[in-house]
Amino acid sequence: MSVDAIMIKESDNVATALIDIEKGETATVAIENVHKKVVVKKKILYGHKFAVRDIAKEEPIIKYGEVMGRATQSIGAGFHAHIHNIESLRGRGDL
Amino acid sequence: MTFLGYKRPNESVGTRNYVGIISTVACANEVADTISRSVQGTAAFMHQQGCCQTPIDIKRVNKVLTGLGSNPNLSSVLLVSLGCESTDVEFVKKGVSATGKRVEIVVIQEIGGASKTVARGLQLSREMVLEASKQERVNCLLSDIVIGLKCGSSDTTSGLAPNPALGIASDRIIFAGGTSILGEVTEFIGAEHLLAGHAKDEKVAQEILELVKRMEDRAKSVGCDIRGGQPTGGNIKGGLTTIEEKSLGAIAKAGSAPIQAIYGYGEAPSVKGLVVMDSPGREPEILTGLAAAGCNVIAFATGRGAPQGFPFVPVIKITGNRTTWDKMREHMDVNVSALMEGKSTLAKESEKIFNEILATVSGKLTKA
Repeated sequence: MSVDAIMIKESDNVATALIDIEKGETATVAIENVHKKVVVKKKILYGHKFAVRDIAKEEPIIKYGEVMGRATQSIGAGFHAHIHNIESLRGRGDL
Repeated sequence: MTFLGYKRPNESVGTRNYVGIISTVACANEVADTISRSVQGTAAFMHQQGCCQTPIDIKRVNKVLTGLGSNPNLSSVLLVSLGCESTDVEFVKKGVSATGKRVEIVVIQEIGGASKTVARGLQLSREMVLEASKQERVNCLLSDIVIGLKCGSSDTTSGLAPNPALGIASDRIIFAGGTSILGEVTEFIGAEHLLAGHAKDEKVAQEILELVKRMEDRAKSVGCDIRGGQPTGGNIKGGLTTIEEKSLGAIAKAGSAPIQAIYGYGEAPSVKGLVVMDSPGREPEILTGLAAAGCNVIAFATGRGAPQGFPFVPVIKITGNRTTWDKMREHMDVNVSALMEGKSTLAKESEKIFNEILATVSGKLTKA
């Protein structure tokens, strides 16, 4: 089966696209040897991330099983997850 | 397992055999460059430092130039000085000479101008290249490898393919008794707890955490928000969202070997195994720091296609991004993009990188 995106750990709430994925497509997401299906709601470019489940505002974003930032707004499953809805928690001086 | 390298008088091993033409101040760059361009077998190092700097910065320049001159990839060194600079040229000469190699100095203001200095420099460097040519590559052990780890122009492929594959290759070199140097403290931010977990003991773990805290505090103290600078515009286009995400991908290149010690910028490690160097991640700074620390080879993972090399240390470019491999092939040495496409395994791709490192240290040229 061809894989469209990858999650590194089961606990990740975002996946990284391995190809350009068109809006409305059902992406096959690999987590090691397991596969998960996610309907993509916006076009996701190669290397970009999308939510694999609904993420609430201020919820941590998990990739590699680690916190990589937090959601600045709710991110629905299948939506593009990037700088427009995720912020860093480090080195900013205001936290 | 062995490779073919150049044994130096101080027991260090070179993977290249250049005569280094090192400018000791920005003002001497053109003369150093002209000499180097005219004599095959030389490699010039130029920079913008050496004058009108604070004592702490000049001290660093002195130490880094000494480290560069001492790098085992140089058989001998010609220092090109203006004469009135702040760099302590005698200190550099003494430090480099302590490795047992020949060091000569040409001083533009003493010889009487650039053209006469070029002429004298040509004469000296030709003589030194002739001497160097007599040295042959001999069998050396993998424990003689000092490899610098670097990733740059990263995207989300970096942390998924080339960095983890490089980490395994680095582990193999360390297992064989070699040394691996990890830098880029800015790219530890958000992943330092994982690195600290790799530390050989609690003291080193604390040092790693403090190193990162210092870097983060320094940014904050000057009223700077790391966001905007990190991740870079290119990183963001490539899909990287936060410094934490970039760091989590970046540290994968350190593999799983225990971290033995922390060193200052450009400082040569006195232990084998995986060590950390306190350095920024910006290419010219870290590549120079790694060379000054004595790296005889550097492995450089890239997502979007970083072209940088170093004058006398081979830099191996590894990418996991198929588009970059296709478009930037003239700068890329190893393609691990099959990993991203699920068509290969980490074990297989790391083997490719390991083999490329072995070929490079024995003389194979890199594209950078």
